[in-house]
Amino acid sequence: MLGTRATEDAVGSHEAPPVRARGLVKRYDEVLAVDHVDLNVGAGDVYGFLGPNGAGKTTTLRMALGLITPTEGAVELFGRDPMRQGARALQGVAGFVEAPRFYPYLSARKNLELLAALDGDGAVRRIEQVLDVVELSPRAKHRVGGYSHGMRQRLGIAAALLRSPSLLILDEPATGLDPAGMRDMRQLIRRLAGDGITVLLSSHQLPEVQELCDRVAIVDSGRVVYEGALADLRRQGGAGYQMRTTDDAKALELARAQAGIEHAGGGAHGIHFQAQEHDVGELTLALAGASIGILALTPELATLEDLFFRLTEGNGVPQREVEIA
Amino acid sequence: MSSAAISPPAPARRARVRRPSTATVYRWELRKLISQKRTYLGLALVVILPLFFVVFQNVHQRHDRGGDNIFAAQITQSGLATPVLMLLFLSVFMLPLAASLVAGDIVAAEDGNGTLKTILTRSVNRGQVFAAKTMAAMTYAAVAVFSSAAVATVAGIASWGFHSVRSFSGTVVSAPEALLLVFASNAIYLIPLLAVAAFGVLLSTATRNSAAAVVGTVGLVILLFIVAQIPGLEGIRPYLLTEQFENWHGLLRTPTDWTPIAHSAWVCALYLVPALFAGYLIFLRRDVAGG
Repeated sequence: MLGTRATEDAVGSHEAPPVRARGLVKRYDEVLAVDHVDLNVGAGDVYGFLGPNGAGKTTTLRMALGLITPTEGAVELFGRDPMRQGARALQGVAGFVEAPRFYPYLSARKNLELLAALDGDGAVRRIEQVLDVVELSPRAKHRVGGYSHGMRQRLGIAAALLRSPSLLILDEPATGLDPAGMRDMRQLIRRLAGDGITVLLSSHQLPEVQELCDRVAIVDSGRVVYEGALADLRRQGGAGYQMRTTDDAKALELARAQAGIEHAGGGAHGIHFQAQEHDVGELTLALAGASIGILALTPELATLEDLFFRLTEGNGVPQREVEIA
Repeated sequence: MSSAAISPPAPARRARVRRPSTATVYRWELRKLISQKRTYLGLALVVILPLFFVVFQNVHQRHDRGGDNIFAAQITQSGLATPVLMLLFLSVFMLPLAASLVAGDIVAAEDGNGTLKTILTRSVNRGQVFAAKTMAAMTYAAVAVFSSAAVATVAGIASWGFHSVRSFSGTVVSAPEALLLVFASNAIYLIPLLAVAAFGVLLSTATRNSAAAVVGTVGLVILLFIVAQIPGLEGIRPYLLTEQFENWHGLLRTPTDWTPIAHSAWVCALYLVPALFAGYLIFLRRDVAGG
């Protein structure tokens, strides 16, 4: 019989977050690839997962998808553990780790037919739709063996979308794409997020993560060195300000004397300093009291790239307390 | 990327979903096999050899082939002697080789190409994938055996006619009954061949290397043949897998000798069941990090 069969009730909790990892460890003999990683990806997040090569990102994603067994700890997807519940835990979850792989001797459509058959639940009816989304319909009859890297990445996205996922796990989806392909990939991820899909995005493209993600985890040498909102990270990284006034020399003198204002200095375009928001408010009042007019006050947040290198090459921001979802 | 509409996300927490059956996974394993050129290499080996044999016999027009084997002696008297003789020749090495080519490759190739992770992140469990791959490897072994037998039978009958033959006991067996016995002999021979395939699947799963698994499986067959020849080890010969390759001879005796067939069935089970169980456990617990 070549049909489908109904499974028993899914056991996912209605309140469970899309991804929740606790104390995740993966050890290969003497090498500690993942060191007590905690992750919390909330519903609707576009969650960036960052780290240098060999930091343990892909290993963590493999554990999340049930491909490798954690040495310690566990991952839950919508409250279900892939190691204990197998394919049932992947209900509503799709994606790929490292490069998406397909059968090179089959056409793209045949590959998707195969995967749709392994998905069941009407996935086969979505094949044409997902081929259209990734613009591979004209090449769908061609063998995947002849596809470029970028086409395979797009086919990987199509294969993931076949499952109509609620959680999409993407490992370096823009790797190997040309600038137009990277732009298209960003647009697609944004659209998917806009449609309510939670996205866990592992990427080396820091501007891409900064543009797409609202929450991030940064891993280094297998450990999470930051997890939380990207905006918070940038604030913790030290907010800088640029200011022009009617009397920059006097303003600089006042700023240096003001509590909470750090690294104040002058320049050709006014003065610059670092401070928390409420200290900036105090400074503006002090300037007003000294009859100094403010012509421009521009916050200058640290870029994700600055923060990434600070965190992964030392001199980092202290690890934030992990929020329990 | 296109702005084509995307299906809304599936509810990840809905109560019931329909997941594919193992039969669906098995059907796709067969389709993958059919789509690969290398699948046909083993089949070509076991199909071409009977054809070559019949052509060679016709060219040389040798009507009196004595020798030790009763079917060799009557090769030109009945086309039905050809499939029996070919099974005798091919059962020793060529059919085990053909079975090993696919069984040794069926898990390891996917691991090496990275497609194992692709299918294991869909809605099928590892047990289903392992079962489907094992069944596909065994189906291939069966197709190899019966393709070879069919070609040998058709070529033999086309060359030397559909006549009665004499069995190993010297009894004359009518042509229709002999045809049935040819089919049954191949079916019985399949029992040890399935054990070879099971060992191939085990090595394919354990080594993650197609070449190592194929060579290892063929190596096991050769090793057991060597062990069978070592003086002083006669006591274990009846329990060697390679000794079971002759289990079907009992069918071609009058009356039918079921003893070697029954013995072969349980001896082969001793090889097949542990190999599959070990392969299953390895497949369930292994880390899929290839590709």
